[in-house]
Amino acid sequence: MYFFIFNRIANFIVTIFVVSIIVFAAMNVLPGDPALTILGLDATEDALDALREKLGLNEPLIKRYFSWIINALSGNFGVSHSFSVPVSELIIERLPLTVSLAISGMLCTIFLAFVLGVFAAANHQRSGDWGVMIISQLGIAVPAFWLSILLVLLFAVKLRWLPPGGFPGWESPIDALRSLIMPTLSLTLVQSAVLARVTRSSMLEIKRQDYIRTAQASGLHPRRILWLHTLPNALIPIVTIIGMQFAALVTGTIVIENVFYLPGLGKLIFQSISNRDLPTVQALVMLFAAIVIVANFIVDIAYSFIDPRLRERT
Amino acid sequence: MRLPLNFLFGAVLIFCVVTAAIVSIFWTPHSHIEMNISMKFADPSNLHWLGTDQLGRDVVSQLMVAAQNSVQVALVAVFIGGAIGTFLGLIASAIGGLVEDLIMRLADLGFAFPALLFAIMLAAALGPSLNNAIMAIAFINIPIFIRVSRGSANQIWQREYVYAAKAAGLTKFRISLDHILPNIMAPIIVQATIEFAVAILAEAALSYLGLGAQPPQPSWGRMLSEAQTLMYLAPELAIYPGVCIIVSVIGFGLLGDGLRDITDPRLNGSR
Repeated sequence: MYFFIFNRIANFIVTIFVVSIIVFAAMNVLPGDPALTILGLDATEDALDALREKLGLNEPLIKRYFSWIINALSGNFGVSHSFSVPVSELIIERLPLTVSLAISGMLCTIFLAFVLGVFAAANHQRSGDWGVMIISQLGIAVPAFWLSILLVLLFAVKLRWLPPGGFPGWESPIDALRSLIMPTLSLTLVQSAVLARVTRSSMLEIKRQDYIRTAQASGLHPRRILWLHTLPNALIPIVTIIGMQFAALVTGTIVIENVFYLPGLGKLIFQSISNRDLPTVQALVMLFAAIVIVANFIVDIAYSFIDPRLRERT
Repeated sequence: MRLPLNFLFGAVLIFCVVTAAIVSIFWTPHSHIEMNISMKFADPSNLHWLGTDQLGRDVVSQLMVAAQNSVQVALVAVFIGGAIGTFLGLIASAIGGLVEDLIMRLADLGFAFPALLFAIMLAAALGPSLNNAIMAIAFINIPIFIRVSRGSANQIWQREYVYAAKAAGLTKFRISLDHILPNIMAPIIVQATIEFAVAILAEAALSYLGLGAQPPQPSWGRMLSEAQTLMYLAPELAIYPGVCIIVSVIGFGLLGDGLRDITDPRLNGSR
């Protein structure tokens, strides 16, 4: 058990390290001069040199990488070129919105997918099952941003029940929640389509196992079989997908925030791209990648608690 | 042999999309870039089957050229990602040991990087463009194909004819090329078909966000982002491109599922 967890932690650290190298390299090694992009083509050579010196661009790459990573570990991501404030301040200001969107999206996704998946598996090859399968097939094919546009058309343009976008701030909690309903719904409907299918097929797979037949033959109540034998065993692939979905959901928030003009990290990343604000983009890409890696790490550890066989194998 | 229904249905949908894309190379009802402000927001008519947009451009023509764009991006990105991924998967399976571990770790790493983040990095460093979007989509395909090809190849390496080839003194490279690759093509093609669907969705999302196709190149994603600002004036403009995306994604998805049912009948009915 300890070896398994140690192994996973080592893996996690190596992954974070390599990803940080990739992010840094993409931003600093690829052709393009940050000083030139900030000052524009009309800038004089002296101004460019001075800015390069100020940004530390004349230092060797390796030195720049290590100073970036050491500063990042202490929460210092540098200063934003376009906002002229520390990037960490920008992140802290916008984090609550993105986190609430991702968490509410995830919880609603798990709830909806479980209900649909278990319902479909219980009604295998009956109309309920087909209905869920058709809806989920559609859900997988619908781009989240298009679904968002359709929701805006229905609830904001036609019915005028909800605001079409924007965020009033947490000072007015009711309005804040109202403005998060459609974004959460867009994330949930698309993500739960995938999870519902996995839940259904995983349940069906387990229902075919000999030990379920034995439980049925020994006269156990169907509900007891479902909760005690089928669901816990069906959870393994479901947890894998939940981990992967959290990653999709986190990047999904980047898109959704842009559709609904929500001032979160996703919106900030696009503002920073158009302002050519590299320190901010670099910090945000690293942050999003780190969230995805942490989610995968948690899934790995969660596995070992759900399925003890996995601990023994490693 | 009776072809599965999902395969047939998917094939019909994809036939429609690909035909529209190919026809658009030679012919569109109108020029897709020609503006005619006096005809802006025209209703569907014999002249403009689905009406016109805010600049008076014909919607059907734009949808057709955008189909060409989507199909092209999906083909190129999945081909590049698939070729690199399959090559690495074959190497991992043939050499094994440390090389296999290293390649599989690289694949795991690729999964930590969603396409959108990769595209954002490229756009920040090199500027947004369709080529960068293709690179980002190809990149996310590499680890997927590494896993599929290495998994299938490992099974083939256990077959008698591979043992026979080894005994005959063929190198691992020759065996991989002559015996392993042809025998793992079925799962690779199935995966590629499914990945086309994912690539079309990814391209639409990237273009919607301004990281893919740039004006005046029409793209379903970009058409949607333009339509979003005109929702109170012409809501229907936000409907057509989305329907095209769904038709293509469902088409490729069903085609992939159908192909999988045909090549691996054991899975029938379990999904």
